[in-house]
Amino acid sequence: MKGRMQPKQNEAPTRAPTTTVPFYNDPKKRAILFQIATLLMVGLLAFFLISNTLANLEKQSIATGIGFLQKESAFEIGESPIPYSAADTYGRALVVGFLNTLIVSFIGIVITIILGTLIGIARLSSNWLVSRSAAAYIEVLQDIPVLLQLFFWYAFFYNVLPSPRQALNPFMGVFLSNRGLVFAIPEAHPVHKYLVLALAIAGVAIYLMRRWARLRQARTGQPFPVLRVSVALTIGLPLLIWIFGGAPTAMNVPVLKGFNFVGGTNISPEFTALLLGLILYTAAYVAEVVRAGIQSVSKGQTEAAMSLGLRSSLVLNLVVLPQALRVIIPPLTSQMLNLTKNSSLAVAIGYPDFVSVAGTTINQTGQAIEGVALMMIVYLTLSLLTSAFMNWYNKKTALVER
Amino acid sequence: MKLFKTSAVFLALLLIFTASVALAGTLEDVRAKGFIQAGVNGDLFGFGKPDEKGVWRGLDVDTARAIAVAIFNDPNAVKFTPLTAKTRFTALQSGEIDVLTRNCTQTLGRDTALGLDFCQVNYYDGQGFLVPKKLGVKSAKELDGAAVCVLPGTTTELNVADFFRSNGMKMKPVVIENTAELAKAFFAGRCDCLTSDASQLAGTRAVAANPKDYIILPEIISKEPLAPAVRHGDNQWKDIVNYSVLAMINAEELGITSKNVDKMLKSKDPKIKRFLGVTAGNGKALGLDEKFAYNIIKKIGNYGEVFERNVGVNTPLGIERGLNALWTDGGLMYSPPFK
Repeated sequence: MKGRMQPKQNEAPTRAPTTTVPFYNDPKKRAILFQIATLLMVGLLAFFLISNTLANLEKQSIATGIGFLQKESAFEIGESPIPYSAADTYGRALVVGFLNTLIVSFIGIVITIILGTLIGIARLSSNWLVSRSAAAYIEVLQDIPVLLQLFFWYAFFYNVLPSPRQALNPFMGVFLSNRGLVFAIPEAHPVHKYLVLALAIAGVAIYLMRRWARLRQARTGQPFPVLRVSVALTIGLPLLIWIFGGAPTAMNVPVLKGFNFVGGTNISPEFTALLLGLILYTAAYVAEVVRAGIQSVSKGQTEAAMSLGLRSSLVLNLVVLPQALRVIIPPLTSQMLNLTKNSSLAVAIGYPDFVSVAGTTINQTGQAIEGVALMMIVYLTLSLLTSAFMNWYNKKTALVER
Repeated sequence: MKLFKTSAVFLALLLIFTASVALAGTLEDVRAKGFIQAGVNGDLFGFGKPDEKGVWRGLDVDTARAIAVAIFNDPNAVKFTPLTAKTRFTALQSGEIDVLTRNCTQTLGRDTALGLDFCQVNYYDGQGFLVPKKLGVKSAKELDGAAVCVLPGTTTELNVADFFRSNGMKMKPVVIENTAELAKAFFAGRCDCLTSDASQLAGTRAVAANPKDYIILPEIISKEPLAPAVRHGDNQWKDIVNYSVLAMINAEELGITSKNVDKMLKSKDPKIKRFLGVTAGNGKALGLDEKFAYNIIKKIGNYGEVFERNVGVNTPLGIERGLNALWTDGGLMYSPPFK
């Protein structure tokens, strides 16, 4: 067979052998065909679902479309990082809800990682009391549903703290009551935006300095006091600008007027309860992730580092943690996503997050499909962005074998 | 909240997948099931809340029972689904419930864009404010800067924003979905005032640790006609719900009570004879038993009896008839003739 085929092909090299094969027997073409067919089916299904939905909505005379985003919302929102009033649109109300979700998730994630890492390390401490306390923390907080924890913290705040008229006043300009923590903030002044600029410049300078210090240490072996210089830069640079800007000291101090405090800034009990609940709950999981990561680094590494004479803090920071990170990051990502998604429980304790605002919007406009779709898009986007960032970071920390 | 998400998603799926949502034929469906499914409040004393034995009680509950009696002559042929302010309309739209008797305010927006139809009003209400006495507030106009506890997804949320806006005052809403959680936060002092329909405020105050520490401010800032709602487009079902409520009002007007209804069967008055089905016609027109009105009055009572039993002056709520008196007594309750 082989011998006969060979000369035939040599005789007629221009004639492609595929021409004799019908297209439905050609695996390549067949694959394309199947893909087109599948695509068509999915397209048809989507068309059917959408048109069917629209017909049903029409039949039930329920309004459709996203035109409602332009309409006046006419409801107030308890707290908002951007100016918002009932005269604004549903669109802006939803943006407020989104920002509230973003704020609580971001702050929550940062603190959770720090707290979780500390507890995870404490769990492995050779000190009996420290490791037992960490273990107890993890077991207790992991096993209580997060919604109950939220209810607990919220009830704790409004039951234990006094009313605004009897507010606790630990320092001048700081008031703690069941309306939240109210504290003085500096009066708006033109120099403030230069302070932010100075902080940004300090950040860039620190980054460059660290690079330079690392290269220098690699070249000459001389260490550089990176931490001390960084702290000095972060504090010193803005301070200098502030002094040159005339050192404005005017403060916007909260005063009790009527029932509540006016002026200053306010951290509400809802926000605090939500943040605290999410952090304490998720940190228990993060602690376990960190512990697993550290234990995945073989004992030989620690022993080798110790035999070099490194202090135990250096062993942790230079040898164990960098290797543990590879194991820690993927499950850590999923804990970060969990925290973001759990923040939607805010509805239960009155923090105006995205789900809460979108829920009210759905109820006032009756447009459940659009509202639910918006919720899904928002959480999907947040989750995908977090994952994308963490994947990038994961690649960066992956062990580069040399 | 979970229920809200479930029913919202359920509605979305239903609208997406079903070839056509069942619009007509609620009566046939109900007859086939053998009971009606009613959405009620679940947490509102006097309107919809199970008592300590687990029996549902309240004005809205009795309204739902009246519908069940009209169809099945059985006040227990009802399944009650407790709904939050946010879940209620979605539950009705998606067909989870047949009728919504959950102190819902009729508005143009809900009647149109939400795809609902409201029936005869069973309680004329208005929004007010509940404040602790020790706050020393005498009028709602003094509430500038107050933290206001409010339920989400209600007309209340809009009214209070409108009221503060139109009076140039500021407010901080504290929005908690669950009525009981909201009341707890208010009683603990998280908010300066609780705003809701006046009837609900009376109900909330009645369950406070010390009801005398709280007052309802005199201002009523809105009109809240509370009415049962059904899905848009099923006219026969809407008629049945409508005339079940109206039957109770008409009975009070005709002086028929659950106690004298049997005697009234022998009445010579053609209006009463038609109403109680002694002269046939009304029942057939609605697709119901000719005795439906008789059954409602016999098993549930007339509107006055239902009102006094659930929310009247001799109950912990202690609400006067006011707007809810018959038109002949200066109220708004008025039934078209049953003929």
